[in-house]
Amino acid sequence: MFASKRLGKELSKLQQNLPPGITLVEAENFSEWTMDIRVVDENPLYAGEIYRLKFSFSTSYPIEPPEVVFTQDDAHPIPWHPHIYSNGIICLDLLDRQGWSPVHNVESICISLQSMLTSNTKKERPPGDEDFVRYNKQRPRDISFVFHDNQV
Amino acid sequence: MDSDDDFNSSQMSDEDIMGDQDSDVSVEDGLPPAQSMDQDDVGFESQDKDIMPSKHAFDVDFTVYSPQQIQAYQDKQIEDVSSILGQPPEATAILLRHLRWNKERLIDQYMEKTEDILESAGLGETAQTHPPRLEKVAGFVCDICCEDDANQDTFAMKCEHRFCVDCYKQYLSTKIKDEGEAARIRCPGDGCNRVVDSKSLDLLVGEDIKDRYQVLLTRTYVDDKENLRWCPAPNCIYALQCGVKDKDLLQIVPTVHCECGHDFCFGCSLNDHQPAPCALVKKWLKKCEDDSETANWISANTKECPKCNSTIEKNGGCNHMTCRKCRNEFCWMCMGVWSEHGTSWYNCNRFEEKSGTEARDAQAKSRQSLERYLHYYNRYANHEQSAKLDKDIYLKTEKKMTALQTTTGMSWIEVQFLDAASQALQQCRQTLKWTYAFAYYLARNNATEIFEDNQKDLEMAVENLSEMFEKPIDQLQGLKVEMLDKTAYCTKRRIILLDDTAENLKSGNWEFNVSLS
Ligand SMILES: [Zn+2]
Ligand SMILES: [Zn+2]
Ligand SMILES: [Zn+2]
Ligand SMILES: [Zn+2]
Ligand SMILES: [Zn+2]
Ligand SMILES: [Zn+2]
Repeated sequence: MFASKRLGKELSKLQQNLPPGITLVEAENFSEWTMDIRVVDENPLYAGEIYRLKFSFSTSYPIEPPEVVFTQDDAHPIPWHPHIYSNGIICLDLLDRQGWSPVHNVESICISLQSMLTSNTKKERPPGDEDFVRYNKQRPRDISFVFHDNQV
Repeated sequence: MDSDDDFNSSQMSDEDIMGDQDSDVSVEDGLPPAQSMDQDDVGFESQDKDIMPSKHAFDVDFTVYSPQQIQAYQDKQIEDVSSILGQPPEATAILLRHLRWNKERLIDQYMEKTEDILESAGLGETAQTHPPRLEKVAGFVCDICCEDDANQDTFAMKCEHRFCVDCYKQYLSTKIKDEGEAARIRCPGDGCNRVVDSKSLDLLVGEDIKDRYQVLLTRTYVDDKENLRWCPAPNCIYALQCGVKDKDLLQIVPTVHCECGHDFCFGCSLNDHQPAPCALVKKWLKKCEDDSETANWISANTKECPKCNSTIEKNGGCNHMTCRKCRNEFCWMCMGVWSEHGTSWYNCNRFEEKSGTEARDAQAKSRQSLERYLHYYNRYANHEQSAKLDKDIYLKTEKKMTALQTTTGMSWIEVQFLDAASQALQQCRQTLKWTYAFAYYLARNNATEIFEDNQKDLEMAVENLSEMFEKPIDQLQGLKVEMLDKTAYCTKRRIILLDDTAENLKSGNWEFNVSLS
């Protein structure tokens, strides 16, 4: 109830206008949405690519943050970034309980991710990516990341 | 049972533990010092005070507190500091929690930079001149639910991040009920560090959430204090105070006994793991987890008789096995001949390093190190398993004995010795289990031999007692005196072992083959 009211309002706004580089792909229900983003500014790391994001909302959204991951298919790679694991899990304090504010929304998350990519210059994965991807069985929200630098 | 029944924490009475409730010790620094337990002549040993020997080397001082006592000390401390700072109790509570109940640091910082500390605790400026209230604001749109109804009540703290009351309520109840937060709930505004104070909270949430909030606040008080810990037993409400600090944990293994009967380590909250220090326990558990596949075969409850190969199932705790078919008596742990156990030349507990040529190449070395690990793991896991089986068999016996009582008119007190024996067995096996983890990391020196002898003696005492539980029920009553003797002997051997290990740990006589820090 709480989540659907707010998501309904977000949806009608997203359907009217969206910032450049952000597209609504699918929002059939109030538990899972798909969004596409691309980097608008010049950045050779991400030129010509479109990335797909899966949003999962709990019934307490927006009090609780949504779960947001990049998903991979033939047309959508996982972007290179020192805070994005190769399985699409994102290490961003905004998406963590501690860093989240219910004032944020799907659009502001997309914008944050866009700018996180725009400013990045390193074609890198987080340290320990291989092990993390192989062994991690936790859901993103249950992982305690250490946000060592929020500048990237 | 003789005077050595200090293990029997479940027999404490309420008055024993909570006896210092009315004592006149100063509460200026929160809780009274743990030694008050001795001064006040109360505590878990008081029943046998007249015949109790003095403290053992492995004992630590501690006190048990109820949630009400914790709450009272917390309130008293808030009141005291409140009058020193001239801040209302609500704000003082936030400040104290902000500095993790370090009163001296709070007063220092407050005197030096009042505004800075208020700001960093989320209390910026004079919060008391603007008591929190609900408001209706024209043209307001809530940033959380996007509602713009002009009639809705809204709320904002001093930071002026305003939201509708429904959203604020929902936010607070999620934080408190689902996430268990209390002392440091921040304003829902993006990037705002202002902490929600209890006055604002009172205005916004219902009674059930307020109650939960108070419980959580009390919990953080204990969590923030280095000398307090919650009893980790499920649903236990008590907190324990002990003076042992983190830095002491290489010299001492602080086992404490909760009012609820649970024995646990004050250093790491795990179940009692004397004589092994916390750091070794951590390493050992990690190793067991990493090597769980290698060690899996050990936990099997069936083995073959080393003589006739018929399958033997273990259904009691005792490790002295007799093959039903060929009457061969052997040891479940090492599969060796039982008659040699307990003699001076036989060592079931010690791992014999293969010497000389055998362990030269890398492969042989790695095999030897695996064998060594399995030797200790085998015995560690076996005592854990045997403790469970001992308990099962005791419960079955007790049931039968109770049935017997009603038919024969035997009085209840006459079967108490079984309960005492069962408790001693549980505790001794717990100790034995950890002696094997301890031994795994022990480097040989002149202290290890005594340790291994003590381990062997305790082990034999335990197996002898454990064996008695497998006797037919109708014989048990006649074995009462023998059983009492064996129980007392087990307890005595345990104390000797723990005293020796604790003494040597304190004086740094143990050498470990790993670094403890
Ligand atoms: Zn709202
Ligand atoms: Zn705020
Ligand atoms: Zn307890
Ligand atoms: Zn410990
Ligand atoms: Zn046999
Ligand atoms: Zn043996």
